Amino acid sequence: MESASREIVKALAEQLPPLTAHAASVEADRCLYCFDAPCTHACPTHIDIPRFIKKIASQNLRGSAETIYASNLLGATCARVCPVQELCEGACVLGADHKPIAIGRLQRFAMDYARDHHLYPTVKGAPTGRTIAVVGAGPAGLSCAGELARLGHAVTIFEKRDLPGGLSTYGIIALREPVEVALEETRMIQSLGVQFKTGIEFGKDVSLAQLQEEFSAVVLSVGLGCTPGLGIESEETIIDGLAFIEASKTAPENLQVGRNVIVIGAGNTAVDCATIARRLGAQRVTIVYRRTDREMTCYEHEYDFARKEGIEFRFLAQPSRVLMEYGQPVGLECLRVELGSPDTSGRPSPQPVPGSEFVLQADQIVKAVGQKKPSLAEHLGLATTKGFISVDAGFETSLREVYAIGDCIRATGAASTVMAVQDGKLAAVSIHQKLAESVASLEGK
Amino acid sequence: MADLRINFAGIKSPNPFWLASAPPTNSGAQIHKAFEAGWGGAVWKTIGAPVLNVSNRYGAWHQGRQRMLAINNVELISDRPIEINLREIAEVKRAWPDRAVIVSAMVESKPEVWREIIERIEDTGADGIELNYGCPHGMSERGMGSAIGQVPEYCERITRWVMEAATIPVIMKLTPNITNIVLPARAGVAAGANALSLINTINSIVGVDLDSLELTPSIGGKGGHGGYAGPAVKPIALNMLAALGTDEIVAKSGIPISGMGGIATWQDAAQFLLLGASSLQVCTAVMHYGYRIIEDLCDGLFNWMDEKGFKTIAEVSGHSLHRVSEFKNLDLSYRAVARIDAEKCIKCNLCYVACNDTAHQCIDLVSPNGSLVQPLSYDVRSNGRHEAIETRPQPQVREDDCVGCRLCYNVCPVDDCISMVELPSGRDAVTWNELSTQQTQVTEDWETMKAYREQVGIHIH
Repeated sequence: MESASREIVKALAEQLPPLTAHAASVEADRCLYCFDAPCTHACPTHIDIPRFIKKIASQNLRGSAETIYASNLLGATCARVCPVQELCEGACVLGADHKPIAIGRLQRFAMDYARDHHLYPTVKGAPTGRTIAVVGAGPAGLSCAGELARLGHAVTIFEKRDLPGGLSTYGIIALREPVEVALEETRMIQSLGVQFKTGIEFGKDVSLAQLQEEFSAVVLSVGLGCTPGLGIESEETIIDGLAFIEASKTAPENLQVGRNVIVIGAGNTAVDCATIARRLGAQRVTIVYRRTDREMTCYEHEYDFARKEGIEFRFLAQPSRVLMEYGQPVGLECLRVELGSPDTSGRPSPQPVPGSEFVLQADQIVKAVGQKKPSLAEHLGLATTKGFISVDAGFETSLREVYAIGDCIRATGAASTVMAVQDGKLAAVSIHQKLAESVASLEGK
Repeated sequence: MADLRINFAGIKSPNPFWLASAPPTNSGAQIHKAFEAGWGGAVWKTIGAPVLNVSNRYGAWHQGRQRMLAINNVELISDRPIEINLREIAEVKRAWPDRAVIVSAMVESKPEVWREIIERIEDTGADGIELNYGCPHGMSERGMGSAIGQVPEYCERITRWVMEAATIPVIMKLTPNITNIVLPARAGVAAGANALSLINTINSIVGVDLDSLELTPSIGGKGGHGGYAGPAVKPIALNMLAALGTDEIVAKSGIPISGMGGIATWQDAAQFLLLGASSLQVCTAVMHYGYRIIEDLCDGLFNWMDEKGFKTIAEVSGHSLHRVSEFKNLDLSYRAVARIDAEKCIKCNLCYVACNDTAHQCIDLVSPNGSLVQPLSYDVRSNGRHEAIETRPQPQVREDDCVGCRLCYNVCPVDDCISMVELPSGRDAVTWNELSTQQTQVTEDWETMKAYREQVGIHIH
């Protein structure tokens, strides 16, 4: 048993090793120190990347970490989970005819140093006497709470799960971010004075009215809902992708993985599920997607990674039924799909061809077809945009002094950790200003 | 086919590359190995007065990951017994008759002591003698090395003693730790030296250790100035070499010069030759990478000479000296402006920040839609590689305002991206020298200068 769990730890170990001091130094020296650098523009939190890299080169690692934290309190997570190819590294001027600077890995080097030497951000402002409730301890909530705490506000985070960190803790596969990294980051936020109340479900254990009464402002950082249903026969035997990943992080030794696994969907979560299945022993893993590789939502580098892992892809297939034998799934019946005119997503609409049923064998089926929009908006009577919570430029919802950030407001653009962090930061500034204004107006009277 | 052989003041070697008098030429075994690798000659590490050495004797200047752009040392002259040195010199010369074996010497400033060492060196069969008037540390405190080289009269007097005794070619080595390098060179000419060599090492302190707060390197808690050498000193060496080549007395004497100071590649070597050297000495690059670098020094130089049509080293030697001039003789009407090749530009904006912060503020940022933009003007919510790349402005030179300072050209990290383009200035060629003799007032009075500028159309913003 022990050796089996050791095998699992090895199979799910963080994919990229930390840079050695030498490698970091060589890479940092390669950075040109661009002025008004495109990497900084491309980063949603606009970390001053050349600055933190030059500080690595000059062996000022404390200053390097401070530079990162100044723009992004969740630098350790972002260094690991950011799709750097689409962001900072994708914009690096050296990419055109050589190779871009390994910005993500250098950031991780600085963040690891900060963790190892406990060089964490500190509170900058004097206590303001203001209290703020943040609902949800995912990246957006942590970022917002941390920034507000730095400004001197008293922040309490309410989290329904046992552990804080949201997707960083539960939803990012360990290959990219080990649980401990996410938890240490929440401890860092805690060290700024933020109170964590875990195991408290918003809407059940605590209501909005209660929070509004007790706190000067409420920030909703509630993420998205569960995976939508496919509406097919025997769907109850299909495993939810996020639950599959969560199990791989919290109790990998108990995770049952089939020999022949199908993952429905072709986003980044689907690739993550397929990767976990493959790493934990599945002999064959097939991603089934109703469109083609041109339309799928996973990043190109994730697609490349999946193929290198030996994951197969079956395009233009629409699941229609789970085939069962003795109460166990044995296959997925699909319809062949033809692509029609573009739908609301702008992608060609999949048109299942009647009578084209075929069967793909599988003894385990996982679905990762996105997440439902936040159901909370309706319950609270908040205005929505395309099902997401509507906010103004200052992240305030249709209710005064109730703010929303992160995936639950992401009506346009791709949801990502780093975008959530930026929301949290900008919302903190906005809330801070509004609170200051209200104080000023009170004093004016 | 280029011929790399040289005859330097009567000292012959199959190529112009000699190991300089330094640790790489400390023993016979080392020099055997160096000659096997292909070195044309070696100047034996200085022999003479008795010495004792210390540990931590080499410091170094690193830039980023590039190690040893320069080395700093407080090693003294050879600490091996003089008899052993002399015996090995004789053995090496016997084994390698076609290579140049030169012996560097430094003794107390007494004629009889110098006479004795000269005679003992000549007994080994060595091809020549180099007089070490250069070491800036240790020996100078005992009245030798640079203590001699810094006083032209001492150089001349001691070299005269040597020339009276010597029957083989004598090279007088100059220290760069002097205000005017020409004066000791002229002293060497006056004393009848057969050749000159330069530069010895430059006085330097390499740094301070930020943990211990001691000097780097620390010798039991203390340190001091040492001799600086290596790639970082090359421009200083080239200037001093050119100063000799353009000095009327030194140039007219026809005295050959052995050039050294930071030669690490064949390109460096070619530049020393072009500015008047006719033999070359190398030390730091060998201490960094070993004797094997001789292969590309010869190969690269040979290929370049072939390409340029140079048949012999003598043809190359001094070829660019006529290009060396002084500011007063430069054409004030020559105009060049920087031009950025938008196709090659990677938009790092290093030219922009250098020009705008520290030079003449004539590079603009032009957005893809053609409008001028300020740096850091994107919206805080803008992100992603596509937006960053597609909206990234292009640096562009306002040529009318460009003074042609060439700073952007120097900072640009892309080969051949920024070029200095010669443009007609619309003014007649004129030098400061001409101006100051023909229109003296212009060069002495700001108001007249202003009028002159208006008259010829020089606008300075």
